[in-house]
Amino acid sequence: MTDRTASPTISDSQEIEHLVQREYKYGFTTDIEQEIIPPGLNEAVIRLISAKKNEPEFLLEWRLKAYRHWLTMTPPTWAHVHYPPIDYQALSYFAAPKSRENAPKSLDEVDPKLLETYAKLGIPLHERAALAGVAVDAVFDSVSVTTTFREKLAEAGVIFCSFSEAVHSHPEIIRQYLGTVVPASDNYYAALNSAVFSDGSFVFIPKGVRCPMELSTYFRINARNTGQFERTLIIAEEGAHVSYLEGCTAPQRDENQLHAAVVELITLDDATIKYSTVQNWYPGDEEGKGGIYNFVTKRGDARGARSKITWTQVEAGSAITWKYPSCILRGDDSVGEFYSVAVSNNYQQVDSGTKMIHLGKRTRSTIVSKSISAGRSQNSYRGLVHIAKSADDARNFTQCDALLIGDRNGAHTFPYIEAKNPSAQIEHEATTSKISDDQIFYLQSRGISEENATNMIVNGFCKDVFNELPMEFAVEAQALLAVSLEGSVG
Amino acid sequence: MKLLDIHNLHAKIGEKPILRGINLTVNAGEVHAIMGPNGSGKSTLCQVLGGREGYEVTEGSVHFEGQDLLERSTEERATAGLLLGFQHPVEIPGVKNIYLLKEALNAQRAAQGLSEVDTFAFMKQVRELTKSMGMDDAFLHRGVNDGFSGGEKKRNEILQMLLLQPKLALLDETDSGLDIDALKIVSEGINRLRGSDRGIVLVTHYQRLLSYVEPDFVHILYQGRIIKSGDKSLALQLEAEGYQDILDAAS
Ligand SMILES: Nc1ncnc2c1ncn2[C@@H]1O[C@H](COP(=O)(O)OP(=O)(O)OP(=O)(O)O)[C@@H](O)[C@H]1O
Ligand SMILES: [Mg+2]
Repeated sequence: MTDRTASPTISDSQEIEHLVQREYKYGFTTDIEQEIIPPGLNEAVIRLISAKKNEPEFLLEWRLKAYRHWLTMTPPTWAHVHYPPIDYQALSYFAAPKSRENAPKSLDEVDPKLLETYAKLGIPLHERAALAGVAVDAVFDSVSVTTTFREKLAEAGVIFCSFSEAVHSHPEIIRQYLGTVVPASDNYYAALNSAVFSDGSFVFIPKGVRCPMELSTYFRINARNTGQFERTLIIAEEGAHVSYLEGCTAPQRDENQLHAAVVELITLDDATIKYSTVQNWYPGDEEGKGGIYNFVTKRGDARGARSKITWTQVEAGSAITWKYPSCILRGDDSVGEFYSVAVSNNYQQVDSGTKMIHLGKRTRSTIVSKSISAGRSQNSYRGLVHIAKSADDARNFTQCDALLIGDRNGAHTFPYIEAKNPSAQIEHEATTSKISDDQIFYLQSRGISEENATNMIVNGFCKDVFNELPMEFAVEAQALLAVSLEGSVG
Repeated sequence: MKLLDIHNLHAKIGEKPILRGINLTVNAGEVHAIMGPNGSGKSTLCQVLGGREGYEVTEGSVHFEGQDLLERSTEERATAGLLLGFQHPVEIPGVKNIYLLKEALNAQRAAQGLSEVDTFAFMKQVRELTKSMGMDDAFLHRGVNDGFSGGEKKRNEILQMLLLQPKLALLDETDSGLDIDALKIVSEGINRLRGSDRGIVLVTHYQRLLSYVEPDFVHILYQGRIIKSGDKSLALQLEAEGYQDILDAAS
């Protein structure tokens, strides 16, 4: 979960180069030289992590409590995914950023196949280097324009920094909100994350402020090294608005197989958070070897009246995805939205969906889920719409569509509905379709190649979700789908 | 000039031989009608010429403008100027009609080494054509054939044809399912394509289309072979007498 995407205000990639350099130069990344703590997990390791990060006592206590709880838990087995048991004692919980010594010195040293993919995705040349892991200082070497960016945010009163930095600069906010949406004991992976989280993003939009630009992890330099246990916290105070972009269409490789991130969103009265993700972690090879396990807990708490949380995701990577960005609609008249495209190819397994928990009166939620399964992949939508007794006149609309390419894959739908209030209006629509040979032939007979024909159909299928993405993200997402599904037809 | 030259064409679907020695030459400027009872192989011939997978050519040859057609991919045949109008145009929900039109035109232009079409000019042209087909602009923004009535689908085929201006249009029962007015509109569309440098092959069951689009030749396909050819009077004879006498005479 890292990286790029330009904001509309600073979209010129040259500027981005400057930007990255500047933040790096300013020591945004802490303790670059730390060593690695040897594999294994126990209280001493957690104390060490906390100490190395110079954390306040309350945070250490919080981590330890999470750890103790985690020890009593077992990994969830209900998801429609299969993988060998993970040996948590064999993992290293505090890996320092990759040594620059072994990093490729230039693009000439990078796997040409990877570069080819970048080219297909239309990623600008100089950004390819960074993505391919070329030592950053070797790539970005110029003065900065970040100032504009940081100054603009500061002027507006927006706080946007790494989680670690926020722990020091705004401990009171962290203390107030951390774990209030996803409690440390929420689930196995969330508990693990709470105990050992490495870093992540922190965003605070004060009362009445409309964030002057889209925020992207790209603008936080050390996002690339946040490690496998990322933790993000976004707070929008009364009337505040923010759009946050996470991820990257470029394939992300990482030596850590397990990724267990936690994202917490909080909106107070009349606030809006729009959180968009493009996930393209390494999915494993064509035989299903390797690939990232992506076990993520993302939840938004629409705490305030008339507040709104929108999750938009394009999930293309990872060997296994276990992810349910959810909304707790606590405030009266609050709104939750979930727009998702989940693509699976080869041996990928996706179990994703959302939970809409309606607590407040007249709360509304919309779920649009599009899954595309190719190869021998398994793709499940799992969703819960819960209307509490207190939620008078709540409404939900769910649209859940599956598109199959080929016939060796599986698409599954697990919609759960719990309505405790008789005034609830719940609509659920589901379709399953297959790209037919007739459709492909029809398009080919109009001069369109098989690959483009497939892309046209897939993009048409995903349109409702892509429309929710910020412009440039949407364009990239289309290219990403094309690359992800390459070779899946014919 | 020979546009299409089919020689002794045999093809099977799976293990079943369907085309059993078709010979047909279409010169530029000509309109041919292919008639024949249900199941005789008319659509199969169209699909084989379009390069449909699963239709295996076992014998014979097809040349398009003097070049081997069968070794080319479906999209290459299309961009070279062959257009297949389907008997049953498939629905493609989610892919906008206008998008298909643009992609198809650009694919053709790319094959000719031309740059992408100018959007403004394209829209103008498409609107005019849509109007000429008696279609509302709304059709452009719907999914390809998605929920179209039978007749609307056929008009949509002709709309594509008029935009792409193929050298050879192979229209499989474009007239079936059309109401009387629509038949006239579609016929007018086909006649507009007609020209000294183009060829048209109409697969039809009815004389009515042929009274609007007068063919130069009429062929009767039966059990995978052309058993009789003639001029437009053959269609009139068929209409009056039915197939039986002709089939009897031929066998
Ligand atoms: N996929 C298939 N498998 C087996 N037989 C097939 C297949 N497709 C077509 N056929 C057979 O091939 C023969 C020719 O069919 P075709 O569709 O070409 O006839 P047609 O002349 O177009 O008929 P119509 O006038 O009814 O449209 C028919 O007997 C049909 O059943
Ligand atoms: Mg037919």
